[in-house]
Amino acid sequence: MSYRSHVSDHSHEASTFKFRAIVAAVICLLMLLGLLTRLAWLQIVDYAHFSDLSEHNRIRLMELPPTRGLIYDRNGVVLAENKPTFHLEIIPEQVDDMEQTLKGLAEIVTISEAELERFKEQLKVRRSFQRISLRTRLSEDEVARLAVNRHRFPGVDINARLSRFYPQGETTAHVVGYVGRINQKDLTVIDEGNYRGTTHIGKTGLEKYYESELHGQVGRQNVEVNAQGRILRVIDKVAPIPGNDLTLNLDIELQRQAEKALGDLAGAVIAIEPHTGAVVVFVSKPGFDPNLFVHGISHKNYDALRHDIDKPLFNRAIFGQYPPGSTFKPFLGLAGIEQRSFGVRESIYCKGHYLLPGDDTERKYRDWKKEGHGTVDLTKAIEQSCDVYFYELAYRAGIDHMHDFMAKFGFGSRTGIDLLGERKGILPSTEWKKRTHGRVWYPGETLIAGIGQGYMLTTPVQLAVATAALASRGEKIVPRLLKEVHNTQDGTVKKREPSRTMIELHQESHWDVMFNAMKKVVHGTWGTARATGWSMKFKMAGKTGTAQVFGIAQDEEYDEETVAKKLRDHGLFIGFGPVEDPVLAVAVVAENGEHGSRMAPIARDLIKRYMEKYAE
Amino acid sequence: MQSSSEQFFDSAYQSKLSRFLQVLHIDPVLLAGLLVLMACGLGILYSASDGSIVVIQRQVIRLAIAFAVMFFVAQIPQHQLYLWAPWFFALGIILLVLVLVAGDVGKGAQRWLNLYVIRFQPSEMMKLVTPMMIAWYLCEKPFPPKVTSLFISLVLVVLPTMLIAKQPDLGTALLVATAGFFVVFFGGIRWRILFGAIFLMLALIPVLWQFMHDYQKQRVLTLFDPGRDPLGSGYHIIQSTIAIGSGGIYGKGWLNGTQSQLDFLPERTTDFIYAVFAEEFGIMGAIVLLSIYAFIIIRGLYIAANAQDSFGRLLAGSLSMTFFVYLFVNVGMVSGILPVVGVPLPLVSYGGTSMVTLMAAFGMLMSISTNRRLVAK
Repeated sequence: MSYRSHVSDHSHEASTFKFRAIVAAVICLLMLLGLLTRLAWLQIVDYAHFSDLSEHNRIRLMELPPTRGLIYDRNGVVLAENKPTFHLEIIPEQVDDMEQTLKGLAEIVTISEAELERFKEQLKVRRSFQRISLRTRLSEDEVARLAVNRHRFPGVDINARLSRFYPQGETTAHVVGYVGRINQKDLTVIDEGNYRGTTHIGKTGLEKYYESELHGQVGRQNVEVNAQGRILRVIDKVAPIPGNDLTLNLDIELQRQAEKALGDLAGAVIAIEPHTGAVVVFVSKPGFDPNLFVHGISHKNYDALRHDIDKPLFNRAIFGQYPPGSTFKPFLGLAGIEQRSFGVRESIYCKGHYLLPGDDTERKYRDWKKEGHGTVDLTKAIEQSCDVYFYELAYRAGIDHMHDFMAKFGFGSRTGIDLLGERKGILPSTEWKKRTHGRVWYPGETLIAGIGQGYMLTTPVQLAVATAALASRGEKIVPRLLKEVHNTQDGTVKKREPSRTMIELHQESHWDVMFNAMKKVVHGTWGTARATGWSMKFKMAGKTGTAQVFGIAQDEEYDEETVAKKLRDHGLFIGFGPVEDPVLAVAVVAENGEHGSRMAPIARDLIKRYMEKYAE
Repeated sequence: MQSSSEQFFDSAYQSKLSRFLQVLHIDPVLLAGLLVLMACGLGILYSASDGSIVVIQRQVIRLAIAFAVMFFVAQIPQHQLYLWAPWFFALGIILLVLVLVAGDVGKGAQRWLNLYVIRFQPSEMMKLVTPMMIAWYLCEKPFPPKVTSLFISLVLVVLPTMLIAKQPDLGTALLVATAGFFVVFFGGIRWRILFGAIFLMLALIPVLWQFMHDYQKQRVLTLFDPGRDPLGSGYHIIQSTIAIGSGGIYGKGWLNGTQSQLDFLPERTTDFIYAVFAEEFGIMGAIVLLSIYAFIIIRGLYIAANAQDSFGRLLAGSLSMTFFVYLFVNVGMVSGILPVVGVPLPLVSYGGTSMVTLMAAFGMLMSISTNRRLVAK
């Protein structure tokens, strides 16, 4: 660009700017006139109306928060309720001598330094007729003592409010979850208008998942106030609509039984009705006391929970991902006969280890039984959990065929249970490995996958759903914790129909083959869980599993004994019964439980108790 | 070189005081306007705060700090602002990202960066830095700006706006966007492109709507129809229109507004302070107050029109118009014709952060204004 045009460019620009500045000024003035017109409309045209309103503006709008819906187990046992809690409040204008009153109160109830400070802060900013809270959540003793001494303290009041309470404590902590004070993060995802006056919101578990059902609709009332702002009377009122009550499929008795049966072990127990998807037991151990979180947990308590080596805040049932180990074999066995990698009666010889055909390194893939199982067909391979049979099966089927069949049972994808954040587990395939690791699949990895180890990971809920699908001969259901939603206003009940996809086999009889093999696990002469089966009145089908633990992160420091315990294998068991017409499918995962056979009694006793309670 | 209009504004130009002020880089006319406005503001605040001396003391301290900032910024020569613009912009963007990643939460949004010594709100800084940056970019480009320059300007506006809207702080995001827009407007964007862009934006709204979450839709609807949230912004608007309307022509008199004194009006010292004023001083007061604002805005545009170079013009013009948008959005919101977004009444509302930014902007205007005169001599 030449110098001249640059100059003319500049002068052109300056003149354009001046013109636009004038345009802008004119627009400003016009818009200000517009504002003035609006103001004139309010202040001149509608003056009489507003003046009248202001004369009688003794009316104030107050919000009425709704009561939160309750949560029950399938038999009506309360799992989450609203309990009145008592708060000590002071109305400053009615107090003669504040210092004296505070001193006197401190002798009757404990008042911390922080509470006192907060109170004094409030005293400065609030109006003298407004209640200021001094102590929250008084104990029954404190309430009684205050009641006796009440006459000594004019202007001091005990006020009852509803607080969430979980009577089952630890037992339902991971299912029901808990509510906590609404924080900034919650505010970004709720309709603020409906939460005016509400202080708590579901933070985890069902409390969070069904927040919209449980919360209800905020109400409001117009109250008349005098010139000092004191409430004289209520003029009109839109009552709040309480939240809906939830009835769960959970049976709290069975839940407790399963929790107790796990003993000191960390782990998860899930029991599902195979045909409906109703989740009867949902245990993740260890738990924690959800009531600690309702009023804001103290730092000390929270740190203790967070640093606990057993991670009590971790919901193992949906977040925990474990190698399924041998519990994977029944599904894989079905894959083998369905995809004709193996005939139903075809057998191989197990000599205690397996060599990958065409592998020059001569690496031995070992069976858990060093001396081998001898001649093994599918039934025997399941009953005795023969690894060599499944190495051969995996080798013949190939990882991608295995993947496709296993995916039908829900491995590698979310089950859709009504809780948030469920993990997917891992069901490996050549495509998966390329995508996540950027490497090709090695044949040896196929063998490892064949015994449910290696990349393979499942959550306890996934395992339970797959077991239920087996028990119902191919009905893969979506597990549901919620049974019904009760509208407390009009008495209507909402029910969700079970949702399922069918797994079709080429031959229906293949189910019978697997049922029979799994029955032998518990009731056969050589079954891996035969110790559980000998005294049983009904027949249970099952499969034990043991998953290797790969060790603890190097930088974590625990004492030797703890480490030794943490290095023990995980014990798994899946089972359903009675075999003739299964009513309950159970998955047990016990961290460092050493062997799955130890977990079989847990499943047996749950099914037994369930049959006693619900089956005629 | 001096026009007749300049004579009008600078009738006492040759006086000693005026020369003294010029050495200090102070524009006397603008200063006078600001002082009058602040005096009025303190009076209104006294009434709105129920005659609280503590509130007035705090506000006076803030005003003093803001004045010091203005004075300091006025000493920075215009070419320094020009040289710093891209660095400040880069710093501002980094800080905004930091706020989103590691910011402190306060009053419902993540806006603060805790620097241990002071807590700092980077989004405020962007109100000044965004127009500086775009002026820096556009003033070197051929005139009128080409489509590519306009596109880059658009990116420069949208980037900080999005980061601030994500905090979420709609009011500030709006002001940053307008500040950027006015630079482009003064920079000579062709009218047909301007109107075309406005039309396109209107056309995009329904598309955007499709992609929003339910709760987000709820919020937008509440923004435009406060009645949907009777306990929140709906209540604010009802009470503020009653306060304004009942003020009538002459108002109820200072300290006599019943709505505000009786605590019916929420946020009456901050975002809704205009309603207190209108109740007590009526439409007559409104005319006077809006005139003071108009005087300041027009003086700002005048300084812009007479700035020495393109950068100064664009920056001064944009800052003046942003001040106007502040005023318009606040009064529009309080009187119930605009959505309730958190924008204070400039230099009157109680609170410190926006005051400092505004006065820094006026410091820039003064620097640009006196810079011209020194050269003219």
